[in-house]
Amino acid sequence: MRFLIMSKSNDHFEAGGLPGPALMRRMGEFLREASAAGVLLQADGLLPSSYGARISAHDGRISVTDGPFAEAKEIVGGFAFIDARSLAEAREWGRRFAVAHDGECEVEVRQVTGPGGPGDATGGPR
Amino acid sequence: MVESQWRIEFPRLVAAAHAILRDPGAAEQVAQDAFVAALEQWPAGGVPDRPGAWLMTVTRRIAVSQLRRDLDLGAKYERVAERAAAREDIAVEDLADGHIDDDILRLVFVCCHPSLGRDARVALTLRLLGGLTTPEIARAQLVPPATAGQRVARAKRTIRDAGLAFENPTGAERVDRLPAVLEVIYLIFNEGYAGTSGTGWTRPDLAGEALRLGRMLVHLLPTAAEAHGLLALMELSASRFRARDGADGPVLLEDQDRMRWDRLLIRRGLDALATAVRFGGGPYTHQAAIAACHARARTAEATDWPRIARLYDAYLRRHPGPVAQLNRGIAHWKAYGSAAAREIIVPLLSDPRLANYPYLPAALAEIETADGNTGAAITLLRRAIAMTDNGADKAIVTRKLQALVRTSGGAREEDRHR
Repeated sequence: MRFLIMSKSNDHFEAGGLPGPALMRRMGEFLREASAAGVLLQADGLLPSSYGARISAHDGRISVTDGPFAEAKEIVGGFAFIDARSLAEAREWGRRFAVAHDGECEVEVRQVTGPGGPGDATGGPR
Repeated sequence: MVESQWRIEFPRLVAAAHAILRDPGAAEQVAQDAFVAALEQWPAGGVPDRPGAWLMTVTRRIAVSQLRRDLDLGAKYERVAERAAAREDIAVEDLADGHIDDDILRLVFVCCHPSLGRDARVALTLRLLGGLTTPEIARAQLVPPATAGQRVARAKRTIRDAGLAFENPTGAERVDRLPAVLEVIYLIFNEGYAGTSGTGWTRPDLAGEALRLGRMLVHLLPTAAEAHGLLALMELSASRFRARDGADGPVLLEDQDRMRWDRLLIRRGLDALATAVRFGGGPYTHQAAIAACHARARTAEATDWPRIARLYDAYLRRHPGPVAQLNRGIAHWKAYGSAAAREIIVPLLSDPRLANYPYLPAALAEIETADGNTGAAITLLRRAIAMTDNGADKAIVTRKLQALVRTSGGAREEDRHR
């Protein structure tokens, strides 16, 4: 089963701040752990929202807004795709992802539908 | 909370205890004891920030004190005494965490020891490296739980009694022992592969277990070409799982909706293939290269069949085998036409190893159909259906037969073929 783990950003990163050595070390540890367990599929950080855009569609009208955006903690900062056996296990990886960030962070864990890989929960006889 | 640590940490704890005790059964017990300690202490003291490290420290402590106890009791097994004499002075703190990868690798080679039968190796690997319970292993291997339990227990006993856990393959020995490990992982993958199409959906996600084991192995042996090669083969095969399940049963490669192919797994598979080739390749790498040809084709029509044919030619030169030869024949058909294909495939009809392999007459039926020999094709498909008891295989071939009968407007079984 595939899960998406996302961490929310913060003012430091939105301002273009770089991760400090402690975060680098802990994130490296998380990546190594997840890789050693065979669950890590992909992981990356996202540049600040000033490098991005928002598109909204309402009533048939589309508007595009370039970043940066105001609420740093509503902005995704990094993500990982993992291949876990259950939501319980994925939650634990999410917890470790959060611990790796130290201090303040919000992490969300969501199961992927569609190409969920072998054993995805939308399975069953079809 | 402790439960969610289990599947993640269990193999590491077993490996650490096993490195100290050289006994997989005892090692498993120690790992379980560490979890019991967590269940007892975490509710009161709070969950540690790094539960893995907590569990590992406790595991090593329990294992070392057990080792000392065995010494004091005058260990029955001479080898334990030999090893333990060297370890008496080792404090828990000295067992640096940097060795855990070596410990896990040692456990991998023990679980996949060539002295064990294949079923035993698979069962033990699923247990100690996958953390599967006995009922889960039983469902995986389609045997009663008692059988699965006995299989695991017997394997542990064999290892202990023959002192196999004291082996520590290094360098060239690892290269020699790697094929046995790859075979186990690929067996698990294929058992899962068969299980996901139709009736086996309640089985544990074996293909997923195999993929995780394959990724673990690549992490442990980053320069082993065939570890990357096997992983590439599995990632590329798994990328097609979602497209394989049709409403009427399994969908063959050429008919699959490629929009449903998992592009993340394809990318990972192609990356692993490139790494495998860089490190020297091998049979799994070779098979992955063939799978990659399909993965790169946006449509069935875009498939580079001459390349696949050449890859099969080279593969068969090194690794002869009837099923691969059949696949080579099909590739030659697509690349060079039916005369080339018949030259390869027709002799296989008298190969006893393929006597129950319906895809052989089915392939020939495909060629006959394309050449307009409908009657001959129908005869071959009927032969294919009669050859097998496998529900999924029967379903595929029956559908082909029905389609053929419909379009031909009736069977003309007197048609000569050849």
